[in-house]
Amino acid sequence: MSDSFAPVGAGATAWTTGRIITKEMPAPHLVRLRMHVEDRQRHRPGQHYLIRLRAPDDYTAQRSYSVASHDEDPLVEFLVERLPGGEVSEFLADVAEVGDVLEMRGPIGRWFRWDVSTPALCLVGGTGVVPAVSMTRAARHLGRADLLRVVAVGRSPDELPYASELAEAGATIAFTRHTADDRPPGAPTVKELTPLLAGVEVAYVCGSARFAQLAEDLLVASGFSPEAIRVERFGVTG
Amino acid sequence: MPVTRGFSRRRPDSGGRLPPGQYDVGGSWPVLTAEATPRIDPQSWTLAVEGLVDEPTTWTWDEVHQLPTSSFRGDIHCVTTWSKFDVAFTGVSVDTLLEVAGPQDDAAFVMAYSTTGYTTNLPLSDVTGGRAWVVWDYGGKPLTAEHGGPVRLLVPHLYFWKSAKWISRLELTAGDRPGFWETNGYHDRGDPWLEQRYQGDA
Repeated sequence: MSDSFAPVGAGATAWTTGRIITKEMPAPHLVRLRMHVEDRQRHRPGQHYLIRLRAPDDYTAQRSYSVASHDEDPLVEFLVERLPGGEVSEFLADVAEVGDVLEMRGPIGRWFRWDVSTPALCLVGGTGVVPAVSMTRAARHLGRADLLRVVAVGRSPDELPYASELAEAGATIAFTRHTADDRPPGAPTVKELTPLLAGVEVAYVCGSARFAQLAEDLLVASGFSPEAIRVERFGVTG
Repeated sequence: MPVTRGFSRRRPDSGGRLPPGQYDVGGSWPVLTAEATPRIDPQSWTLAVEGLVDEPTTWTWDEVHQLPTSSFRGDIHCVTTWSKFDVAFTGVSVDTLLEVAGPQDDAAFVMAYSTTGYTTNLPLSDVTGGRAWVVWDYGGKPLTAEHGGPVRLLVPHLYFWKSAKWISRLELTAGDRPGFWETNGYHDRGDPWLEQRYQGDA
């Protein structure tokens, strides 16, 4: 696979800070943060950042969050699902305010990272759409929307963040419990996926462990090579 | 770094059991993989120990089960910040495999290979001395595919990406070469107590 901007997002990283510039709650369990990051390094879509919280007794909690924005965006955007008992996600949803400064480190991850030149397909579920959003924005920004196909899966429009943005960009949206545009509820099918895989050289799967397994099986059933599948699974982190 | 406004410790102190930046995940066991999960038939699986050894050796599933078994019970730590306490694995100690293969004097590192092509590099000293296993049993049951079954490497004193799932080969070398995650930005050694998560960490 070619990687014509190899140095981007490939260097060692150090802790820095980021300030929350905007905070929105697109749904009761979702928080979208846009942050100004000090000494920011360039990133590739698919990469993530660490966010670390520090208590007065120096106790820390950190989690990694995929970046939703593209590299030319002046701010770095995250979409975080508030998980009950999740000490970082609950803080970000319930306590954090615009103007707060958090410890950050990134970009991290050189595997689940798209070079914006290899023909790719994203098969993503739920809040796993976030890297696909970054890839979509990067592809559009560079005028290479032709290189990317996105299939985003969610229970219903309310439970699929960025659904309208992705749909506008040409993504296939599959709701498993909701009828949309004459598409009956259900997981994506081999019939839906197969034509989208023509010419695709790498597939990115992101979602829960359960979703990732279904997505891998679906790709393989659609004739795609398992060696060309890159997976980002998330489970109970919080 | 400054204190985060409004944040305080809500979880009990682990009494020194949690490495820095980790949290106790409790009863669950998150699955994190970079590749599609392979379905491996134990009867066609083999384990090879080769490279700088006197007797390069390959064991079948049945043969590796003839070796003396060894168990581990303790804590595991994932670089994504979860730790899991009191896990129990059974398999064979890497020491036992190396006794058969006989490392040569200049062997100083190991590259672990999975059937998927996944690799991870370790100093030989991190997989000897009763600190590393090849395991097929988790909590008294066969290790499931999503957790690396039928057989995975177990190096519990390092971050868990070093414990390669679906292990098929250990290659002893004189020099260190980065494996999969090590090439992709993660630390070469990965000691959780030193918080060696990513390249750039001490």
